Amino acid sequence: MQTSYSSSRILLPVRPWFIGFTLLTALLLNFLPTSVWPAVPDWLALLIVFWSVREPRLVGMGLAFVFGLVMDVADASLLGQHALAYVLAAYGGAALSRRILWFPLGQQALQVFPLLLLVQLVQLAVWAVVGADFPGMAYLLGPLFATLLWPSLTFLLLLPQHQAVDRDDNRPL
Amino acid sequence: MDHQPPPFFKRGPAPLALLSFYVALAVALLVVDARFRALEVVRQGLSMFTHPVQHLAHLPAQFFDNAGSYFASLVRLQDENAQLKRARLENVATLLRSQQVEVENERLRKLLGVKERRQVSGQVAQILYSARDPYARRIVIDKGQQDKVVAGQPVIDDAGIVGQVTRVFPFVAEVTLITDKEQAVPVQVVRTGLRSVVFGLGSGQLELRFVPANADVQNGDVLVTSGLDGIFPAGFPVAKVVHIESDTAYSFARIFCVPLAAVEHFSEVMVLDPLPALVLPEALASEVASKGAKSSGRSGQAKKKRLKKD
Repeated sequence: MQTSYSSSRILLPVRPWFIGFTLLTALLLNFLPTSVWPAVPDWLALLIVFWSVREPRLVGMGLAFVFGLVMDVADASLLGQHALAYVLAAYGGAALSRRILWFPLGQQALQVFPLLLLVQLVQLAVWAVVGADFPGMAYLLGPLFATLLWPSLTFLLLLPQHQAVDRDDNRPL
Repeated sequence: MDHQPPPFFKRGPAPLALLSFYVALAVALLVVDARFRALEVVRQGLSMFTHPVQHLAHLPAQFFDNAGSYFASLVRLQDENAQLKRARLENVATLLRSQQVEVENERLRKLLGVKERRQVSGQVAQILYSARDPYARRIVIDKGQQDKVVAGQPVIDDAGIVGQVTRVFPFVAEVTLITDKEQAVPVQVVRTGLRSVVFGLGSGQLELRFVPANADVQNGDVLVTSGLDGIFPAGFPVAKVVHIESDTAYSFARIFCVPLAAVEHFSEVMVLDPLPALVLPEALASEVASKGAKSSGRSGQAKKKRLKKD
């Protein structure tokens, strides 16, 4: 429950099952056969950063680590590659959460971009150590696209918390 | 004795401590997985969760695919049917002759005292999905331990070699494509019989290495498996030479090839049964054992390592 720059409205507390649901949806999106298109964002990284910025007490490095391992197995990559990247992103998100939330959405996105870039760069570094070539700049387009999605994602994921405390059938929303 | 004041809020370990713990764990996992390949159990356990979810994620794509083929026009299907019938008729002559030639070849080989070529058989598998990672040229097929698939089995399609099974899970198996950076296939040029090894480049192409700059290799040459590794049966098409760079500064030519099989496309593949291990004569076997791994090449070692994993 954080007040943001643009409004001092106090949001409803987030429901833990909603966080779980969004993370699992992101996992499903990651599993879609979209690897052939360039600039498809890493949805799971985006969601982990989002929740670790919004709710650092609920979504931490442990969850990021577990989801990272799941991605490693699903992607047939080295075990620990995604886990390492996600854990670092979750830590960064939690550490910067007070600061990031102080800014309007556009500037929040700007500050989130390095975190998302970090996720890709860590994986690049892991592969470089194992001895692989650079896959091309298209690999780094994903975080850019994810950054552009940040404002709309924030709007969408905070909708459940914007509901009124006491339900009134005569009032919309 | 000094007393610490009781904490007001229980927050668990400090974030930095947690971070170092998780980073250390991840790095340890990475090292163990990359160096010793000892985490297959963990992978198999996690795959029991991920594979159903992945399957679920691929349902919409399959649904659209099926819907598309359902509404395919009758005319097109009839056309295709006619074409296939024609192709079958055209192939019948070759097939009948090749059966006869094969029998004759076997007899001649027997007469010459050369080892007979083994019959190859296998099972058809469907490609479920390909890995998302841009580095991993791998696909997952729908046959696993339940169907007695083991690591090391070659995988082919109707045009040639696709890759090799590298990891086996209970219901699915992972195939490393020949275009993967870690995959090497011993081949020989059909036209000249020149033997070499072809390596994946990770970019959808392959490179024929260790060929002298003045060797007789031309654009359009077809490479087939040489069967010297005892893993890939001999005579299956692998790749076609598309570009040759010979630089006098290097003693080897750089020869680029493209795979003949539809390696990067979704289709059905066939998993060939593993070949029985070759038995060396007594004297040779003891010599090889005494020399140890010193004499075996890098690709041989890699392949052995890969085989050892299952």
